[in-house]
Amino acid sequence: MSVDTATVKRVAKLARIAIRDEEASRLAPELGNILGWIEQLGEVDTSSVQPMTAVIPNRLRLRDDVVTDGNIRAQVLANAPQAEHGFFTVPKVIE
Amino acid sequence: MSDLTDLGIRQIRDGVAGGDFSAREVAEAFNAAVAAAKPLNAFIVETPDHALAAADKVDQARAAGETLPPMAGVPIGMKDLFCTHGVQTTAASHILEGFKPEYESTVSQNLWNAGAGMLGKLNLDQFAMGSSNETSYFGNVISPWRRNDGGNAPLAPGGSSGGSAAVVAGRIAPGATGTDTGGSIRQPAAFVGISGIKPTYGRCSRWGTIAFASSLDQAGPMARDVRDCAIMLEAMSGFDPKDATSLDLPVPKWEEGLNASMAGKRVGIPREYRVDNMPEEIEALWQQGIAWMRDAGAEIVEVSLPHTRYALPAYYIIAPAEASSNLARYDGVRFGQRDLPEGANLQDMYAATREAGFGDEVKRRILIGTYVLSAGFYDAYFTQASKVRTLIAQDFERAWKRCDVLLTPTAPSAAFALGEKSADPLAMYLNDVFTVPSSLAGLPAMSVPGGLDKAGLPLGLQVIGRALDEQGVLDAALAIEERAGFVARPERWW
Repeated sequence: MSVDTATVKRVAKLARIAIRDEEASRLAPELGNILGWIEQLGEVDTSSVQPMTAVIPNRLRLRDDVVTDGNIRAQVLANAPQAEHGFFTVPKVIE
Repeated sequence: MSDLTDLGIRQIRDGVAGGDFSAREVAEAFNAAVAAAKPLNAFIVETPDHALAAADKVDQARAAGETLPPMAGVPIGMKDLFCTHGVQTTAASHILEGFKPEYESTVSQNLWNAGAGMLGKLNLDQFAMGSSNETSYFGNVISPWRRNDGGNAPLAPGGSSGGSAAVVAGRIAPGATGTDTGGSIRQPAAFVGISGIKPTYGRCSRWGTIAFASSLDQAGPMARDVRDCAIMLEAMSGFDPKDATSLDLPVPKWEEGLNASMAGKRVGIPREYRVDNMPEEIEALWQQGIAWMRDAGAEIVEVSLPHTRYALPAYYIIAPAEASSNLARYDGVRFGQRDLPEGANLQDMYAATREAGFGDEVKRRILIGTYVLSAGFYDAYFTQASKVRTLIAQDFERAWKRCDVLLTPTAPSAAFALGEKSADPLAMYLNDVFTVPSSLAGLPAMSVPGGLDKAGLPLGLQVIGRALDEQGVLDAALAIEERAGFVARPERWW
């Protein structure tokens, strides 16, 4: 499995992580090694196997459709890097 | 009163209840040990006031003649993956530096309700991703152990619960919380000569625990012996409606149920766990463990878990895939650090924030996870890994027809030196070869110290049990503990 720097940059973009050229070049062989190693899974015949969705059989519960919290705006915003007028703020999105 | 720090959880609980010493005396002794342990770099935040306040509450309750809760007067270390109200919680990352949760994780709240106090928040591998505690933004944790060769090479305490391992082994805390995704309780416990159990998936609530790989993450205790683990696991466990995968079952009385006799029990030895290049001493310890099990009355049976060799590659698809999804929340908007370059738009802000906030190993895993989940690769990687995971779970199901517990080594080597493996991510991943399969199957598994290698470093044995049979795991571990007579401890150099 060989991974080129363009692939690393594309995946980093999908993951929303800025990446410098030299970092992409360093990571390409590293990720190639790891992905090459995990490719051995292809040897396993899984044609009649269901993918695992729950490790311990457990029925998903439903809860009563009632409000259980709220009115905690200050707590919700307490750790925001930037909050103004009771909102999270981000750089301008729409011109 | 410095010898109070030699006591374990049960001894402290009973001593406080019996009036041999006060909870405050215990908290003060351990607070002093914490303050003196800075060279180990095991704590990210120290919380001596929390420990004292909890102790005073216990002393007052005792004076008032109230019934004391099950961990009354026991101060513990809290892995910095559990959110603690008003106390910085970072997962050893830069991106969460300064984050002070407005809520308390269910596991930590359960412990406070049981009368425990907090000595501090323990260092770990960043977002619990690592096997040596070398990926923390706050620096490596140094193991309290040293090789007996006269050199002072700093050793890895294991990971990801490296801080937890270091403080329990160093008599800086009688117990500590850990979390285990692929071995993060058991491998560090083995590296430092203590006990640690990962319960069945769903026993401990994941609510308020910073998520790494949600289908694998489980909390558990790390302590000096098996009984202490049983006590602490009881306090941590229990149904929690806030976690969709929490098991709605009563918590068994594990401590009361402890029984070291293995008469009538069958212990399985999985032949696929005999890996290439395994040090002779690990093989010898395994054989010794088998002899101990036989001596305790067990019948030994060889079993086969044919898909064992595919567990690690499956894990290194599933865990990074889940991590890439879970860690998408760190975007510099709602909590944590934000990096906003001059003139940056929203997308630039996300990318810059995550570039600056995550360490190398975390980025590596997010990228692998993003890759295996990306269009065109999903089926070949993620779906295939999920199918292999089914096969691994079925291997165990078949084994349980022939045995009650499995006995294996915990790790393929003793503790290595810091820096020895960190240049090669793959070599580091291989450290989890014996712990990952039971994680993928959600089974309870425990590491218990078995002996020392030639360099004077601890080696651990692992017991794996059926789902929900923590009792069987604890009992087999107790049988080993009683026969191993492991009393070695690191000589204090810090």
